[in-house]
Amino acid sequence: MYKIIKKEILNPTVTRMVVEAPLVAKRALAGQFVILRADSRGERIPLTIAGCDREKGTVTIIFQVVGGATMCLNAKSEGEEIADLAGPLGVPTEVDGLKKVAVVGGGVGCAIALPVAKRLFELGAEVTSIVGFRSRDLVILEEEFKEISSRFVLMTDDGSCGEKGNVCIPLSRLLESGERFDAVIAIGPLVMMKFVAQATKPYHIKTIASMNPIMIDGTGMCGGCRVSVGGEMKFACVDGPDFDAHLIDFDEAIKRSKTYAEFEAQARERHCNLFKNSPKS
Amino acid sequence: MKAYQFNMTANKHTMPAQEPSVRCGNFCEVALGYDEDTAIEEAKRCIQCKNHPCMQGCPVGVRIPEFITLVAQGKFEEAYGVIRSTSALPAVCGRVCPQESQCEGKCTRGIKGEPVGIGRLERFVADWHRMHGGTEAQVPQPNGHKVAIIGSGPAGLACAGDLARLGYAVTVFEALHLAGGVLVYGIPEFRLPKEIVRHEVEGLKALGVKIVTNAVIGKALTVEELITEYGFKAIFLGTGAGLPRFMNIPGESARGVFSANEYLTRINLMKAYEPESETPVFPAKRVAVVGGGNVAMDAARCARRMGAEVYVVYRRSEAELPARREEVEHAMEEGVIFKFLTSPVEILEDAAENVAGLKCEEMILGEADASGRRRPVAKEGSAFVLPVDCVIMALGTSPNPLLKKTTLGLETKANGTIVTDERGATSLPGVFAGGDAVTGSATVILAMGAGKSAAKAIHEYITNSAK
Repeated sequence: MYKIIKKEILNPTVTRMVVEAPLVAKRALAGQFVILRADSRGERIPLTIAGCDREKGTVTIIFQVVGGATMCLNAKSEGEEIADLAGPLGVPTEVDGLKKVAVVGGGVGCAIALPVAKRLFELGAEVTSIVGFRSRDLVILEEEFKEISSRFVLMTDDGSCGEKGNVCIPLSRLLESGERFDAVIAIGPLVMMKFVAQATKPYHIKTIASMNPIMIDGTGMCGGCRVSVGGEMKFACVDGPDFDAHLIDFDEAIKRSKTYAEFEAQARERHCNLFKNSPKS
Repeated sequence: MKAYQFNMTANKHTMPAQEPSVRCGNFCEVALGYDEDTAIEEAKRCIQCKNHPCMQGCPVGVRIPEFITLVAQGKFEEAYGVIRSTSALPAVCGRVCPQESQCEGKCTRGIKGEPVGIGRLERFVADWHRMHGGTEAQVPQPNGHKVAIIGSGPAGLACAGDLARLGYAVTVFEALHLAGGVLVYGIPEFRLPKEIVRHEVEGLKALGVKIVTNAVIGKALTVEELITEYGFKAIFLGTGAGLPRFMNIPGESARGVFSANEYLTRINLMKAYEPESETPVFPAKRVAVVGGGNVAMDAARCARRMGAEVYVVYRRSEAELPARREEVEHAMEEGVIFKFLTSPVEILEDAAENVAGLKCEEMILGEADASGRRRPVAKEGSAFVLPVDCVIMALGTSPNPLLKKTTLGLETKANGTIVTDERGATSLPGVFAGGDAVTGSATVILAMGAGKSAAKAIHEYITNSAK
């Protein structure tokens, strides 16, 4: 069992948890993920590691409540335990040799973008952080990003905070004005990553996207996480989750991500009713 | 002197089973097992031949005539002791071994009539032992040496059991949240109740075996660390062949295409068929399962139980089906429709990118290939569409690449299998391997056999290096 040391609500649908998992913390690097199961009836879900403390043996996860599994996880309080947590899985984000990088985060993807940006900052790279959210209420980790970025751009879809529009607007503006990066790292919704890849392609800038597809085991066994990269089938859990964004077939990934959309919606309703019937005392 | 009067009935005693129409609606075990009287009568069909051909067919060398004699005499617990002395998982093997190509395939009674139901008797003995609260052997005297086993499937469990009985402090590392490997994620409840696997694992724990779940070796800990920092004297890699294969045909990314591993894991490990499970399973109405092995039968029969109309699409003919005969018969009884000599060429998608059909070609069998089986060749102009909304690929699996990627110096072949000598030793000192990780996808019993022989090799390795 894996004890929840700290729980923090970052915005109405996004929660940060610090969980005791010494074996995972020992080796975890930015870009890797864990598979967890909130309780013994729960679904196995992949969550990217948002940080870790090797000495205390803890791992930080940040997640958005989407379906039944994340609802169950979110229902747990500090001091309670998560049934299963395995990791660190996947290949860490390639950061070696990068001197000037744009990190582009969208929504809860910013939780994963932050440790990557942090790692780059620690290695002495110049980091431009461009983060986007739907509206002001959903903005997370703003201060943390500012601390490690030489340039920080905040975007909201409705303009309620920062600039109005999506993350591609400032990115394209920078590129058009002659700004160049060793790499652009995009982490967020599939549609966002697709457009970031389109924006950087004419400039031949290496662009990495972090995929978060459907996954069960996280060790290469189920093939649920298959992604087409340059026409080849890759498994995000063992070959990724990072891939060359210019080679990813995003349309296929978007289609595959919707496989259980109906089930997720039903699970949300079921859980809401469940919560209504048995209010937490 | 004969220990008992032989029963010369030509056929095996039938094993009671749930009616096909009933079992299609549940996940309970299909075959219900012999009662004591039937088991004794079936045991008496064994004519105790001198050369024991059946034993030559058993990868773990179960002393078959000896245990069968004890069953015939009603000494069930003693019979269990005989099986248990060479097999780590009797209740499992009695259910999932391909007996027709092993022990029963060599049985003298099979020359005229049906062979002795060795598998059914093994199952009966193991179940009798479990139901009568039989106790396991006592925890042996510790010998002070630690051995790590990577993977808790049949190879790992067999290796762990044998080493624990020799007094080793055995720790089994499992990446998933539950021990058992393919016995829990792959083989369905109706063929191998998970309670039985749990019982076998508990038996190992009673012998002092430690099981660490959620431990991904190669990621959280490396093989090297286990030796240098954790003091394990030897390591056994029983990581299986978990990486699924696809056909590389158009449409494989459509919604509704799954590997058998994914489909079976959702159903078996995650219990997606139970209403209280959080794990979703695709609500298919018409399913095509591609392949003809046991995994294909398992996927097809699970899909039947989930309420779908199910086709098994296999490119060779019925005679070449690699699955256990009993599974094929059960699948047919349950209404699974077999499309033999049929090979998929494309998965069709509708406007919403869901699977809309499986385009196939009819095949004819040509010359024998390297495997000795006749190679299927497409019949020109024979293309047709199977109207399905879900396709499950059960085409075999490749070894898991996780360990290979993170274990420096571990020699592997181009197909990903680990290179070992005949005793299971890998290119790294103190590191042994066996099961599907070495052979590519095979059977539970072959993996157990490899686990057992590796246990012997590990014992010799540690004994010699201690000198």
